[in-house]
Amino acid sequence: MAMIEFPILTALLLLPLATAVAVMLTPAGRPGLSRGVALGGSLLSLVLVLLLWSQFDASAQGLQQVERTAWIPALNVEYFLGLDGLTLMLLLLGGLLVPLALAAPLPAKAEPRLFLALVLCLQAMVFGVFLSLNFVLWFLFWELSLIPAFLLIKIWGGSGRSRAAYQFFIYTLTGSVGMLLGFLALYLATGVFDFMALAELARSGALLEALNQSYGSMMGAENVRLLIFGGVLFGLAVKVPMIPFHSWLPDAYAEAPSSVTLLLTGLLSKMGLYGFLRILLPIFPEPLQALQPLLLGLALATILLSSLAALAQTDLKRMLAYSSINHLGYCLLGLFAVVAVTTVEGARDAAMSGVMLQIFNHGLTAGALFYFISLIESRSGGLHGLDDFGGLRRVAPVLCGLMGIGLFASLGLPGLNGFVSEFLIFRGVFSLHPWAAVLALPALLFTAIFLLRILSRVFFGPLNERWSGFADLSIRERICGGTAVALMFVVGIFPGVLLHLINPSVLDMLRFLP
Amino acid sequence: MIAWTFISAFMGSVVLLLLPSERKALARWVALGTAGVGFAMAVLAFCKFDRSASAAPFQFVVEREWIPSLGIGFHLGADGISLVLLLLTGLIAITGVLFSWNIERSPNRFFALFLIIIGGAYGVFLSTDVFLLLVCYEIVILPKYLLIAGWGSTRKSYGAMKLTLYSIVGSALALAAIMATYVVAGQGSFDLFTLAGADYPAAFQAWAFPLMFVGFAILAGMWPFHTWAPTGHVAAPTAGSMLLAGLVMKLGAYGALRVAMPLFPAGLAQWQGIFAALAAFSILYGALAALAQRDLKFVIGYSSISHMGFVMLGLMTLSVIGVSGAVLQMVSHGIIAALLFAVAGRMIYDRTHTRDLDELGRLGLARKLPFAAVVFLIASSASMGLPGFSGFIAELTVLIGTLDSLPLLLLIVGPAIVLTVAFTLKALQATFFADGPVERGTPLDPITLPEKMGAGLLIAATLIVGLWPMPFLQLILRSFDSPLMRVLFE
Repeated sequence: MAMIEFPILTALLLLPLATAVAVMLTPAGRPGLSRGVALGGSLLSLVLVLLLWSQFDASAQGLQQVERTAWIPALNVEYFLGLDGLTLMLLLLGGLLVPLALAAPLPAKAEPRLFLALVLCLQAMVFGVFLSLNFVLWFLFWELSLIPAFLLIKIWGGSGRSRAAYQFFIYTLTGSVGMLLGFLALYLATGVFDFMALAELARSGALLEALNQSYGSMMGAENVRLLIFGGVLFGLAVKVPMIPFHSWLPDAYAEAPSSVTLLLTGLLSKMGLYGFLRILLPIFPEPLQALQPLLLGLALATILLSSLAALAQTDLKRMLAYSSINHLGYCLLGLFAVVAVTTVEGARDAAMSGVMLQIFNHGLTAGALFYFISLIESRSGGLHGLDDFGGLRRVAPVLCGLMGIGLFASLGLPGLNGFVSEFLIFRGVFSLHPWAAVLALPALLFTAIFLLRILSRVFFGPLNERWSGFADLSIRERICGGTAVALMFVVGIFPGVLLHLINPSVLDMLRFLP
Repeated sequence: MIAWTFISAFMGSVVLLLLPSERKALARWVALGTAGVGFAMAVLAFCKFDRSASAAPFQFVVEREWIPSLGIGFHLGADGISLVLLLLTGLIAITGVLFSWNIERSPNRFFALFLIIIGGAYGVFLSTDVFLLLVCYEIVILPKYLLIAGWGSTRKSYGAMKLTLYSIVGSALALAAIMATYVVAGQGSFDLFTLAGADYPAAFQAWAFPLMFVGFAILAGMWPFHTWAPTGHVAAPTAGSMLLAGLVMKLGAYGALRVAMPLFPAGLAQWQGIFAALAAFSILYGALAALAQRDLKFVIGYSSISHMGFVMLGLMTLSVIGVSGAVLQMVSHGIIAALLFAVAGRMIYDRTHTRDLDELGRLGLARKLPFAAVVFLIASSASMGLPGFSGFIAELTVLIGTLDSLPLLLLIVGPAIVLTVAFTLKALQATFFADGPVERGTPLDPITLPEKMGAGLLIAATLIVGLWPMPFLQLILRSFDSPLMRVLFE
């Protein structure tokens, strides 16, 4: 459009930050008011996202709402924001999860205003990652998201919080260094930091040529590309996480307050997957193809080992932490399978759509489950062991009902959200790599066992007398939890709403595969 | 006009020495005013610098005779590199005064010495006569000693003596090399451009370059000539540490860039690999040593060695992008080190009288001094090189340069970056967010207004350079067009 448009994407980045400032300005000692301001701001973000959705043209390919200005011309760094269907879906997820996290019971310790403000800062950083299309800008948000996350774990976490926070920070940052060096090498060869331009160069073969010119004499362009790919893959794999780079996760998820874990799994892990889709697939399809057996093996290991590990846990949060690794493993499986050359019509589309949908579904389901855990924790004085409870169904039927639905959604029951995406992934992977799909199946069984164990140990059985005064959900909690569960049904029954949204992105990304 | 930066500093210091020592408040205001004038001059020069393509690379030129019989002139001039460092000097001067507002023991003498160092630094960054540059370089040494010996803490006479000896050895090496150069050039002039115009035999360059470079690199804290830095930083009073880490180390790097490198391109090419390896090792060594420290100031002291390693590495890349990154890193590290030392020395040590990480952890500082906690968090983030702060863009450009010309060194630098994050985070956790029981103890004095203003200025500076690096980068890049600097990249 010719007229200068309102920079709605920038507004989306600034709104949470402005709200954070507003929260810090509310008087101390009035957590209700502070939380009201924070919630108001985050709901306004959601409204902005819905506004974007209403303006979004799902029939068009490519980027929309682009905002682009020079930033550091000497390095060819731009302030470059843009939106496609995948981004919009992720913004929608973030727009839903942040109010849910803010509505969850506030952790008792320390200054609640700071907690709320940090959650809002985290939202701004994550949105920045989803919207940025120039590596330097993207990396800025990617790294800065660590600070609020670190502080949220460090200040409000459980007894092992220091170690968990430290481990989380160092581990992710080590990954980032690998990624940074990889991108610098790409920049030196091509002179661009722009994701879209890099993808185009990769598709036309100019990337390999440029690498050849810069490093060919040293070790061969393909080897250099493989090395760069390794660095970037490492950075992203830590974030998701993919086994064997996952060891920071269970501690961080278990020690963080549940409302923070909600965001860690619901949003922060999606930053890694988003990177796989936006960066790795379009820029490095050949290395992905070359290493496919290894990567598929790692994805399978992620799926199987994490579901087994979940089975061995006695702590609700750790169980769900491993379950998160498991669910994101399906995304990785789909992603790595999709690069296979195939003649089967629609297999790639299915796997790719499944991956994207699974990102949303896992965020929604895991977010809701950790929301319920936070409710349980606030009533039990912080307990979250599997054997600390029993028979809660009798005293808190609504909580158990809603959380039960969440657990079934996590299991992939038809009619609920998880089913559609996992089905699509399996359908795609089965045509592309039948053995991989078959090998992943036992994980579904393990998942079913541990989720049912949660149901039976916590909700069913004789009521633990200690919890006879356990309160069921308040009206506000019913609204929040109910909305999340209702959305699970909506996506489960009408997946077309989201599939329609992401379809252009799916086609766009498949375009880059050989 | 530009000469007023250091003339005003020296005049201010004379005025302060003449003041009766009981007029403490007046002394502080005189110091702040003098520092402000210098900074204003630097900002004015930054704004008035002609950036058009046809403009001369060195501007605000002053050429006066000084000792004509020896060819020594009073030659001043500023290019982009000088300008950004002048801005840094002005900023450190103002914030150094603000963070020394609480000095009660003869503040007039304290600030007089402080301003002499500032004046010397302005002089080094402005001189285009090598002899004048070296004189200014040496002016700094004595007041440094007196500041530490008079107002320092922890083993102050040892720290002051070691620092002084190292500085003297360094400038003696540089002086010897410059004398030899003067003779070999045979032009009878110490003017930088005249010296650069002469031809030096390769055999001469092969030993004169390392002599001069090491002479300057000692002050830049390059391994293995670094050991003065941590002890000196720790012994110095807060403003002294800010000056040492923020400015004095830059003088060494600036000398190397401005004099040693352009004069001897052949020697430089010969020694590039060795000095680059030493620089990369400084980065790693500083980070490892910092990880092992128990004293907060020692952590920051060793981190300075690590960060200055980036400066030297950037210089040794001999690529436009790497050298510009080195200059940017000088500015960035100046700001960040000053901020870190201000928190550690002024905000924490002056109140708690301990810098031991274990003892600090028991004090529950995050609650008692929330402002200091936030400032230290920001300074730590900047020091780790997180994007958005000045350290990121500076280290990024150095890394690009390194990848371009010395890719193998990244095997050393990559792990060092992770270690930097590890020790910074460790210090942050131990100081402000330690677990375990908190001693009640007496409440600490609240953070004062001068401290808040000083911290605000430095934080704003690191954010400005981090988010809008272009104005600075452009100036630095412009200065590479001058015949003097161009030889580095040929």
